Amino acid sequence: MLNLILQRLFTAIPVLLAVITVTFVMVHAAPGGPFDEDKAVSPEVMEKLNERYNLNAPLIEQYTDYLSGVLVGDFGPSFRYPSRTVSELIFTGLPITFELAIYSIIFALLLGIGTGIISALKKNTYLDYIPMTSAMVGICVPSIILGPLLTLIFGIWLEILPVSGWGDLSGDKILPTITLGTAYAAYCARLTRGGMLEVLNQDFIRTARAKGLSETRVVLVHALKGGLTPVIAFLGPAMAGLLAGSFVVETIFGIPGLGRFYVEAAFNRDYTMILGSSIFFSCLIIGLNLVSDLIAAAINPKLR
Amino acid sequence: MRNLLIISFLTLILGCTESIKPVDIAAENQILYIGNGTEPQDLDPHLVTGVPESKVLMALLEGLVIRNPDGPEPLPGVAKDWDISKDGKTYTFYLRDDALWSNGDYVTAYDFVYAWNRMLMPSLGSKYPDMLYDVVNAEEFNKGTIKDFSRVGVKALDSKTLKVSLKNPAPYFLELLCHYTTRPVHKETIESFGEMDTPGSQWTRPGNFIGNGPFTLDKWELNKVIIVKKNPSYWNSSVVQLNEIHFFPVDNASREDLMFRSGQLHVTSTVPPEKVESYQEKYPNNIQVDPFYGTYYYRFNTKKTPFDNKLVRQALSLALDRTLIVDKVTKGGQQEAFSFTPPDPDAYFPPTALEYNPDKAKDLLRQAGYEDGVDFPVVDLLYNTSEGHQKLAQAIQQMWKTSLNIDVTLTNTDWKVYLSRQSIGDFQIARAGWIGDYIDPKSFLDMMVTDRGNNQTGWSNKRYDNLLKEAANSTSQQQRFNKFYEAEKILMDEMPIIPIYTYTRIYMLHEDVKGWGNNILDSRPYQFVYLESN
Repeated sequence: MLNLILQRLFTAIPVLLAVITVTFVMVHAAPGGPFDEDKAVSPEVMEKLNERYNLNAPLIEQYTDYLSGVLVGDFGPSFRYPSRTVSELIFTGLPITFELAIYSIIFALLLGIGTGIISALKKNTYLDYIPMTSAMVGICVPSIILGPLLTLIFGIWLEILPVSGWGDLSGDKILPTITLGTAYAAYCARLTRGGMLEVLNQDFIRTARAKGLSETRVVLVHALKGGLTPVIAFLGPAMAGLLAGSFVVETIFGIPGLGRFYVEAAFNRDYTMILGSSIFFSCLIIGLNLVSDLIAAAINPKLR
Repeated sequence: MRNLLIISFLTLILGCTESIKPVDIAAENQILYIGNGTEPQDLDPHLVTGVPESKVLMALLEGLVIRNPDGPEPLPGVAKDWDISKDGKTYTFYLRDDALWSNGDYVTAYDFVYAWNRMLMPSLGSKYPDMLYDVVNAEEFNKGTIKDFSRVGVKALDSKTLKVSLKNPAPYFLELLCHYTTRPVHKETIESFGEMDTPGSQWTRPGNFIGNGPFTLDKWELNKVIIVKKNPSYWNSSVVQLNEIHFFPVDNASREDLMFRSGQLHVTSTVPPEKVESYQEKYPNNIQVDPFYGTYYYRFNTKKTPFDNKLVRQALSLALDRTLIVDKVTKGGQQEAFSFTPPDPDAYFPPTALEYNPDKAKDLLRQAGYEDGVDFPVVDLLYNTSEGHQKLAQAIQQMWKTSLNIDVTLTNTDWKVYLSRQSIGDFQIARAGWIGDYIDPKSFLDMMVTDRGNNQTGWSNKRYDNLLKEAANSTSQQQRFNKFYEAEKILMDEMPIIPIYTYTRIYMLHEDVKGWGNNILDSRPYQFVYLESN
């Protein structure tokens, strides 16, 4: 187990370095700079700004300066918000993105696992076909369509839920959670169904039934443990996907999370913010994948 | 299990049927909800440049004079009164005794000297220093040729008297003083978070910000909301009826539209262009189409063939049916532009030279050596990605093809690429727009002087430059306007730019909002705004 952790952490270093280098080169290669504005600023002011943010130095020097900053945890000031540092921006947005991701994963698990179990038990009946077809649709409909659709129905027509915000108006967290969680719920449902079907045919389930255990106990205790392995393996990447992919939902619903900062940073050519959030998201994805591998190994001895 | 889930989910949703729209109870609490475009970059009046920032600063800081919500003449602000010398070059402002900072300190003439000194310091890097360049030696100090600020023409004669000396009569000077860059800042606050010239310090945060406006900064949650509350120390607080204003950063027009329709906003910053027409029928009481002091135009790169030829530029302008454009393409109440400066019936009325005349256009193109468009190179039209710009570009592409038989390709890029390609001259024709910072032809015409940062056409004309200089030194307003008129005639004959339409400001406004006023710069002091349920 320790080996696994060490090995993963060791391989993470070149990955992160590659992420930083590629991102650095790309942001600097993109046309347009952070201080290009509608009202042209005088060359003197532009010079001052470049000097202040170390943009006059040769690229390779900027790169090494940046790297040495990152090593001590300094991601620099944001170019877009002059009175804020990149770390401040990340830690402003992160708790909100995290909260949204957690709600969505809970929603996805509850709905997905429930539906998956029923489909597996009622294999090849309408209780299987309908949820699985809906799940296929759920996977295919992107949040960019689902979000506005739900907003239109519940916010504008029925007028029962707010269309924008996070934690200000009652119920404003419901639509974003559903929008973000639906696709994952659909994946969970299909994975649970597959896992359950495989387990339900095995000998130890037949034994459990033969011992006279109630069907509920057989399903929820014996079968579910094995049946959920694929879902657990999916959790890490799913969580990473939810965190990194929440920007669409954050934009649709005006949620002040990290995803929105990330996307806006790209449009604003906020170099340090783009780099900082890329590094942050890379670490997050690496970490979450590791955690999910560890959990899977703990549950399923075959993987150890 | 599944039924249970469905039931609990339905309960959750039905539990919310009591959802109350914020605007429904806002009048009772006097809370105004505003959609405010992008997230403000900062709230330092000397560093920011954007419209969203200007709206928040309108609530937080007050200058010598304030914008009149209903007319062009500024109203007294911190200055209760002022004298203007006969030659129009010396302004003496008398500050009111009861003007206070939000911490109870008095607002003095020294505060203005300090603020203007800070704004002009080269080391601060303000992007709007030219707002004060009419002041004696201000430009020299900002460019570093004069180091001693006491030589700049702004003096505190005593704590309540401010004397400003201008290098030329500037009849628009009071207009400039409505701009946020000229407002005072609280010295002790700035210096407790950094040096006088430290950009991006923490003084603009809630809790730190000391202002002198009708509201104080209460809360600033990034990408979420900025809340300002009524300032009890404000000298005119008895007229302020709003208790709070919530500025929401909403940079997406569709979401803003949904927020308005679901009762989360009183005022939007825009209306999705595709909805303007239908909303004029559906929400006639809400949709506002205000005249706006701005011009939408195309600029030519006059350094590149074929646009180095004046005849070509004129031909392209003559081939534009501006009436058709505003009636059938933009459809938001815009007026066709016949000059660069938007016409002001009460003051400067620009030459009305631009016409639609495809025959003359063909003739000019023939004179330029491209009869029937033969041999005319395929040219590229650059604009930043937006549905509105795209529709217009397609219409114009079609007009030029039909009238002149020339081919235009369309290129849309993201905002920063668009800006950078124009500033380095990597374009042939580019879409552009300009909103005046103050109501005076100078705020448009000055831009086209040789090598000005926003000229970006490569065009240069000595006579034009001289006329603008002469205008600056004119002693009477009429004489100034005559110079501008002459200059603009040159501009509209040379056509480095082709004006297309005069902007309108289109936005949604809730019926409960009163005292909103109407001015063509779209900047309104919030102390006069209040809410009243119908």
